[in-house]
Amino acid sequence: MKNSKTNHSIAMTVLKGRTFIVLVVLLIFFSFAAPNFLSENTFMLIAKHVALYGILAIGMTYVIITGGIDLSVGAVVGFTGMIAGGLIQEGLTLQIFGVTLYFSVPWIVLIVIVCGALIGWLNGIIITRFNVAPFIATLGMMYVARGFAMLRSNGATYSDITGKPALGNTGFDFFGSSIFGKIPVGVIILVVIALITAAILKETPFGWHVLSIGGNERAAKLSGVKVNRVKIIVYILSGVCAAIVGIITTSQLVAAHPATGESWEMNAIAAAVLGGTSMAGGVGTIGGTIVGAFVIGVINDGMVMCGVSEFWQMVIKGLVIVLAVIIDQFQRNLQAKIALQARNENK
Amino acid sequence: MNTNEKMEDAVCLRAENISKIYPGTVALDNVSFEVKTGRVNVLIGENGAGKSTLMKIIAGIEQPSSGKLFMGDQEVSFHDTTEARSHGIGIIHQELSLFPNLNVYQNIFMAREKTKGHFQLNNKQHAELTERILAKLEHPIPPETLVGNLRVGQQQMIEIARNLIQDDLKILIMDEPTSSLSAQEVDVLFKLMRELTEEGISIVYISHRLEEIMRIGDHVTILRDGKYVVDEEVSKIDVPWIVQHMVGTDKTYHKRERSIDWSKAETILEVKNLTLPKSGGGYLVNHVSFEVKKGEILGIYGLLGAGRTEIFECIMGLHPEHEGEIFLNGEPISVKSISEQIDRGFALVPEDRQREGLVQTLDIGKNISLSSLKNYVKGPFLDKQQENAHIDEVIKDIHIKVSDKKLPILSLSGGNQQKVVIGKGILTQPKILLLDEPSRGIDIGAKTEVFDIINQYASRGLSIVVISSELKEIIAIADRVIVLSNGKKTAELTGDDIKEDSLVLASYQGHHGH
Repeated sequence: MKNSKTNHSIAMTVLKGRTFIVLVVLLIFFSFAAPNFLSENTFMLIAKHVALYGILAIGMTYVIITGGIDLSVGAVVGFTGMIAGGLIQEGLTLQIFGVTLYFSVPWIVLIVIVCGALIGWLNGIIITRFNVAPFIATLGMMYVARGFAMLRSNGATYSDITGKPALGNTGFDFFGSSIFGKIPVGVIILVVIALITAAILKETPFGWHVLSIGGNERAAKLSGVKVNRVKIIVYILSGVCAAIVGIITTSQLVAAHPATGESWEMNAIAAAVLGGTSMAGGVGTIGGTIVGAFVIGVINDGMVMCGVSEFWQMVIKGLVIVLAVIIDQFQRNLQAKIALQARNENK
Repeated sequence: MNTNEKMEDAVCLRAENISKIYPGTVALDNVSFEVKTGRVNVLIGENGAGKSTLMKIIAGIEQPSSGKLFMGDQEVSFHDTTEARSHGIGIIHQELSLFPNLNVYQNIFMAREKTKGHFQLNNKQHAELTERILAKLEHPIPPETLVGNLRVGQQQMIEIARNLIQDDLKILIMDEPTSSLSAQEVDVLFKLMRELTEEGISIVYISHRLEEIMRIGDHVTILRDGKYVVDEEVSKIDVPWIVQHMVGTDKTYHKRERSIDWSKAETILEVKNLTLPKSGGGYLVNHVSFEVKKGEILGIYGLLGAGRTEIFECIMGLHPEHEGEIFLNGEPISVKSISEQIDRGFALVPEDRQREGLVQTLDIGKNISLSSLKNYVKGPFLDKQQENAHIDEVIKDIHIKVSDKKLPILSLSGGNQQKVVIGKGILTQPKILLLDEPSRGIDIGAKTEVFDIINQYASRGLSIVVISSELKEIIAIADRVIVLSNGKKTAELTGDDIKEDSLVLASYQGHHGH
């Protein structure tokens, strides 16, 4: 009895840290498989890529914890990127006054983030007020946002969006290419957002409310949690995260392409799920999601460096995700078993 | 009402002429109710009498269709639980409404968080207050424990603790709080209830355990079919008085006369020691044995949650984890899947017609033939002619009033929808028909027709098992009745022994201790 209990708790520790273990194993594996893998440059590259899905995945984690899903984030990345690119390149033409306004970069960032928030707010309103399933509401929003991204330039790319000193809108490339010490700005933004959102989830009443809705929505309502308001805020957060990614990725590329971000929502969902977020809601942590995002980043870049074909990359990524969820189920069963055992011993 | 009672003076909350109408049913019909200050006010009635609805209105979960609430001299109305709570009204729900994914103190303080500077949660304070309140409840559970890992009884304590942290609690509504507690936990709860009433807090208490009411209650109000029946001081009444008023004497069905010597009839189904464990410990079905003869109608009576539906689910193969033996025509069978059971000749008419009985998107005819489609297959296709012929036969046989079987199923009345579900079962040509609350939610005329159908098929030799919560109904229709209480079989009655009071008493018996 005693023995099986210790066995269980060892197994539990292993299972709980599974994503982290997978990450370490992957790092060891690729450092042998790809000769240049174990270097600072590689890590900075991976971190730069991870910053993108990581930030999306943070918003997604909040949404999934409430029991929802946000499929629109990839399209919002493209749409907000196009807004940023357009504002720099063409400005905002007000035909009634016959003027074209050019904004400085901080204003552009603010406008783009507000756009992301508005899209998230719309998602939230459609889901809570009109009772549309989150999957459908955000699927619709995905098409709408992607469509507007294309319409903005008729499908063309805004290239070389560095701005002109004469217009006072230079410096947009700051978010993509600047480096503090050795750390890219995107990574710093990821860390800041992760710290803030993790603190909100753990340390504020709002965080409790998010968890409560996913755990038992009816009970949350009966307890006096303002369920609809919390849900709307969560979708706004997801939209804002997508807008921030839109800014970073456009800045990294120094170009805004309307197809940017296609299927990134899937990477975000995968990172959240790998990090232990339950699709049924109620369970998830920001820390786990970040580890999940790194697993995906290491697989992506590691395989590229090993020369694995893009097609095999997809197969392997898919297998890793499904395997992670199978292990997750395994962990839940074990947890239930341990709880039952503890309960019987208490009696 | 007793105006000469000395405790009578203080009334904490008064509900006047409350009605609650749901589409199709009247849950509460002009009910008035008083919550007396510092006393245990008990509310009693059969399933569906309107107790829970009345409590939900007082707690702000539902809003009355008409009627008024008064606290003191002031009229109040609650749009949600937060408003009711701000008036000092707390409710402990019948079904647990906890968050299994969160820990004990998070559950207790949900939406009532203590914060440092309005923003940061003060978890140290949460944990301390939780420890204090749980110590008071004599349930020292570590505040960090995940609630999903607690026993049901412990979870119930958390639910109670949630309401006690409210500073200005005036009224505490408890909707069957003891249904999942052990005898020892009930003692703790009762002690606590006495402490609360001494502090001047009023308690509204709903329970199905009559002997408990005699022990803890001060004043009893009885509801029946959404109407006020009577109210009285507990000191002046006894259990038979309660049963008599709960049951009433109005509705009657025609008792059917059958003179068959059942001991000579062959046994079709025999169930021995059927057991289904509950996930939180204890049993949903606790070693139940019974048999059904050919052409017999066996009634199963019991309160909500007594394990009636679960017996059907076990027999139909929905719980492959059940224990015990089932014999069909004397042969032992192992019950694994529902399609296997249909092939063996079992048919189930489920309790929830809309959710489990009908496919709303299909027409009437298809709903009837759904379970027997494989009998009409000719090569890869359906033999429409044969299918339609059988559907017509069933429609005629059980008098479904319909002009065209291609009409949508929802165009039928509740009673005719129920007949369609029964027809679907009958078309599979079963040996045993299981009916779970076949008369729920249909009008009196349709009820009589459904009973006629049941009788008609029984006399043709079909064995039928009927679950019902309505006493008159089960007495009228069954040849033999078994009574379940808390998962256990507490009585088996035949012929003239099937009486209302004996059924009711047996249905409470399983609740004595644990």
